[in-house]
Amino acid sequence: MVMRFSTILRHFREGAKNIIRNGWMSFASISSIVISLFILGVFLLLALNVNNLANQIESQVQVKVYLQLGVEQSKIEELHNAIANMPEVRSVQFISKADGLELLRVSLGEDGKELLEGFDETTNPLPDSFTVEVIEPQTISFVANKIKAINEADATVPITNVKYGQGTVETLFKFTTAVRNIGLIIVAGLALTAMFLISNTIKVTILARRREIAIMKLVGATNHFIRWPFFIEGALIGIIGSSITAAILLVLYQQLVQMTQFELGLMMIKLVTIQDAGWMISGILFAIGTLIGIWGSTISVRKYLKV
Amino acid sequence: MIEMQDIWKTYANGTHALRGVSVLIEKNEFVYLVGPSGAGKSTFMKLIYREEVPSKGQISVNGFNIGKLKPRKIPFVRRNIGVIFQDFRLLPKLTAYENVAFAMEVIETPRRLIRKRTMEVLELVGLKGKHASLPAQLSGGEQQRVGIARAIVNNPAVIIADEPTGNLDPETSWDIMNLLEEINFRGTTIVMATHNRDIVNKLRKRVIAIEDGIIARDEARGEYGYEI
Ligand SMILES: Nc1ncnc2c1ncn2[C@@H]1O[C@H](COP(=O)(O)OP(=O)(O)OP(=O)(O)O)[C@@H](O)[C@H]1O
Ligand SMILES: [Mg+2]
Repeated sequence: MVMRFSTILRHFREGAKNIIRNGWMSFASISSIVISLFILGVFLLLALNVNNLANQIESQVQVKVYLQLGVEQSKIEELHNAIANMPEVRSVQFISKADGLELLRVSLGEDGKELLEGFDETTNPLPDSFTVEVIEPQTISFVANKIKAINEADATVPITNVKYGQGTVETLFKFTTAVRNIGLIIVAGLALTAMFLISNTIKVTILARRREIAIMKLVGATNHFIRWPFFIEGALIGIIGSSITAAILLVLYQQLVQMTQFELGLMMIKLVTIQDAGWMISGILFAIGTLIGIWGSTISVRKYLKV
Repeated sequence: MIEMQDIWKTYANGTHALRGVSVLIEKNEFVYLVGPSGAGKSTFMKLIYREEVPSKGQISVNGFNIGKLKPRKIPFVRRNIGVIFQDFRLLPKLTAYENVAFAMEVIETPRRLIRKRTMEVLELVGLKGKHASLPAQLSGGEQQRVGIARAIVNNPAVIIADEPTGNLDPETSWDIMNLLEEINFRGTTIVMATHNRDIVNKLRKRVIAIEDGIIARDEARGEYGYEI
């Protein structure tokens, strides 16, 4: 059966009216939705970033080789060839100190400008380096050790540091799983609480409108017609709650991204941007909030609306 | 219009409210239901508008077998029955107009029909000038007129009135009876439970007397027949 447009409007009007009439209960329900969805959102963003970070590190499969200051050109070429000749290595790229400074400028963005201002060709504190890409990620520690061996065999010890992210990746993936599991448990508990509060709010509405409902039944309103405003009330509570949460969360996250861009940039880490995550996070919060709302009202409608 | 065959009604607590009632009420009849308190009059009426279901027996209203009705269909049968109560049962926050229009709104009547029909019915019950009043601003008789307007606004085939004059003074009661007679005259079947001896004896109609859950008397132009 197709619902008349004016009927749909009426249900929304009644649902909204119920929320206003039930001010404090609605407020409590909305707050509980906001709290649980906010925590859910925080966990989502955390998981998203950790995942992103792990992927970044893993996809790099790079070994960074930092050189002493003032290593001779011929030595650099020698090292370059030795590394490039390893069968596990896909490519070797030499990054001069000037290139390194430029890369750092780009990744630190606005905040970095000030810090890097004083540095030019002569005062550049960065060392020359190689970026080595391996063919198979599993061989990365083997290659790193081989490079270290070359260094130790060389009397001038031209290399200061050999770095790669393998161990970090594994730790990060473990961390993601832990975050996800803990998050799920907390969020499920909070969602249940929110759902319970909503169902209680709807119960109060139903009891407050007993007379009206009795007359509706008496004059022949269908069960659907009687139930709809209560579903809408629950859904609206969920929608209002999730909208508030999404707004707060995204504004705070945007601040966090801006505030930490510099410090994280130094560590070559980049947070997931709001452009990439915003819609997805809002969508998830919205869907879950609405679902909790409808679920809560369904429970009370089933229990207290004997139609 | 209304037919009961060997109707029994036993409430969950074991009270036998009706014990084998059979009756036939034709279209356009006006029937008084009389009998002592607790005899089963309200139960009889609740079975008609499907507020209660019989424990045993068959009941049909307007061609529908009420006892076997699928829950989904109940609302549509109720749209053919108007119910009036002793305590009016108006919604206190709605005006007279809104109380009547409410009954049309909730069965999804198109908007443009509601206004016209509601005003028409308010005029019929003599409340045209009071459509904007809240129940608390109306006298008992006026409130009952709103109740009657609400009961007839959807053009039901039957009106069930459970002691409609029970809370009213004699003069107001007669106004209400005149109104009900007018409605009956326009083609609506009316079943009315009452303890009002004066009305039953003066405005002569069919009288069904229920005593202790059975029909004790059924007379075409009967009398009240009880002392109180
Ligand atoms: N919901 C119920 N549960 C249990 N018993 C009930 C219920 N409703 C009515 N009864 C009992 O059934 C019997 C008939 O009640 P009913 O209300 O039909 O009487 P009545 O004739 O309308 O009385 P009155 O003239 O006082 O209105 C009474 O004994 C009453 O106590
Ligand atoms: Mg009664």
